[in-house]
Amino acid sequence: MRIVAEHLTHIYNDGTPFAAKALDDISLTVEEGEFFGIIGHTGSGKSTFVQHLNALIRLPSSKKHFHKKRLKKGEIPPPATVLKVGDFDLTDKNTDFYALRRSVGMVFQYPEYQLFAETVKEDVAFGYKNFYGKGKPSEEEVTTAVRGALEAVGLDYDEIADKSPFDLSGGQKRRVAVAGVIVTKPEVLVLDEPAAGLDPLGKQEMMRLLHEIHGSWCKTVIIVSHDMDEIAENCTHVAVFEEGRVRYVLPPSELFQRAEELLSLGLDIPLTAKLVSALKRRGISVDCDFTTEDFIRKVLALRGGGA
Amino acid sequence: MKAVAFGQYYPANSFVHRLDPRMKLLFLVAFIVAIFVANNFYGLAACAAVLVFVIAFSRVPFLKVLSAVKGIFFLAIFTGAINVLFHTGEKTYWAGPAVYWNWGIFCVSQEGIVFSVFLILRLLLLVLCSSMLTYTTTPVSLTDGIESILTPLKWVKFPVHALALIMSIALRMIPTLMEETARIKNAQTARGANFESGNLFKRIGAFIPVLIPLLLSAFRRADELSDAMEARCYKGEKRTKYKKLRFSWRDLVAFLVMAAMIAGVALLRVYLGEIL
Repeated sequence: MRIVAEHLTHIYNDGTPFAAKALDDISLTVEEGEFFGIIGHTGSGKSTFVQHLNALIRLPSSKKHFHKKRLKKGEIPPPATVLKVGDFDLTDKNTDFYALRRSVGMVFQYPEYQLFAETVKEDVAFGYKNFYGKGKPSEEEVTTAVRGALEAVGLDYDEIADKSPFDLSGGQKRRVAVAGVIVTKPEVLVLDEPAAGLDPLGKQEMMRLLHEIHGSWCKTVIIVSHDMDEIAENCTHVAVFEEGRVRYVLPPSELFQRAEELLSLGLDIPLTAKLVSALKRRGISVDCDFTTEDFIRKVLALRGGGA
Repeated sequence: MKAVAFGQYYPANSFVHRLDPRMKLLFLVAFIVAIFVANNFYGLAACAAVLVFVIAFSRVPFLKVLSAVKGIFFLAIFTGAINVLFHTGEKTYWAGPAVYWNWGIFCVSQEGIVFSVFLILRLLLLVLCSSMLTYTTTPVSLTDGIESILTPLKWVKFPVHALALIMSIALRMIPTLMEETARIKNAQTARGANFESGNLFKRIGAFIPVLIPLLLSAFRRADELSDAMEARCYKGEKRTKYKKLRFSWRDLVAFLVMAAMIAGVALLRVYLGEIL
């Protein structure tokens, strides 16, 4: 599913003294099949944007919106807001938001804190039963789906299904929570800081899992992250949010060439980009796509060429 | 990220906002006393006039203040209706029969109608004045004020400080828990939970996936907070205040207004007698 957003604006508590503009006329397109990264400071609008994608934040109906604003003479009407996820038009009030949420899975920050059921199996099945409840899925169907989802996140169904989710380790809890989202096989999977609070190995493992899920379960994956290394290693495109606007949408290989600009925005850059600029200062230019693997290969090639 | 509009506090920098919270609490008590001392419409009018002044000096929009009445709308109508039906009296206030309708214990009389209008006005004034306190005082300074007022209770070994601390932590945690609730609710909505349809029992059931994580996180937070406080050697008593409460000329003005109001209402009561 292709995601198109145009002229999207969102103001929290509009019309009160607490009004805060979180998104300011942003436009962004995510193609199907991407592993899309979103970076930016806290409060830059990343989370607000992704919450639009499965209508947790609903847009005012476009038509009504247009009528409401009385235009003064000679004033140009504001450009219409467009937000489409595949065939779902999110500006239309009659869209089936239920079906939308089945197709767009959402993993929030620290998803392990939303576990609630008595057993892992029940918790993972929660989403599945909610979305396929009308067709009364049989016990076997549920079990198959839960088994599949748990195995997709690298957990052993037979070992874990009947345990209480509160008895698991932090990393396991998080995987169970991810399984609880992907169990409905959403086409788009959105993850807000999926690796936050995990140890370095856990982070790598989480990213590896996401790649596997990207290949087999969900066509498009969108991750919000603070970790530039994570972004450089994994993403096909990156959007940089700043104060409710989108500053860049670029593949990481091009984005991190603008190391100076990113640093001036107060954002970090991946280790490889730091090394590249350090080498540049010493007169060695390395032209890599900022993944560790490519960087090492290019540097080794340089050495080989120099010797 | 979302600024939670907690309680009713309306941020502004006005005369009333800058009053000492203790003075405001005292004023509120005096106002309530005045409302109950007033036994005729002139007395209530005097109270209302003071209230209008307070609202004008607080820079809280009038409509915003009036919106506080919404909560007791039905209570007011109910009280009014009950009193119209049950209050009997022979007094007449306008031309026409003293009793319009009589059926068993029910009766609609002129006195009943006047009396219930009086009661409704009293109720409205009560709600408006107490909401003015919350509109113009942050919860934190309110607890500070309460703590300071309750200080004498320390002599009878009442743990005033602990009580104030419990209150301020509870108040402090309300926005946090609200945010947490919104977050968990969002997460479960994304997993297809439905909080909006179905009968009452179904809806209550639908909240279990929100309540359990919420309770867990509340306990976790409480644990963390108490650990953090102990780690910083929190001992309770004998602490100094970051913001010391001080009476200023504003509070003197408020005190004089308050005294004048009480005196005025008392005089109106003595000289004009019961409901006119």
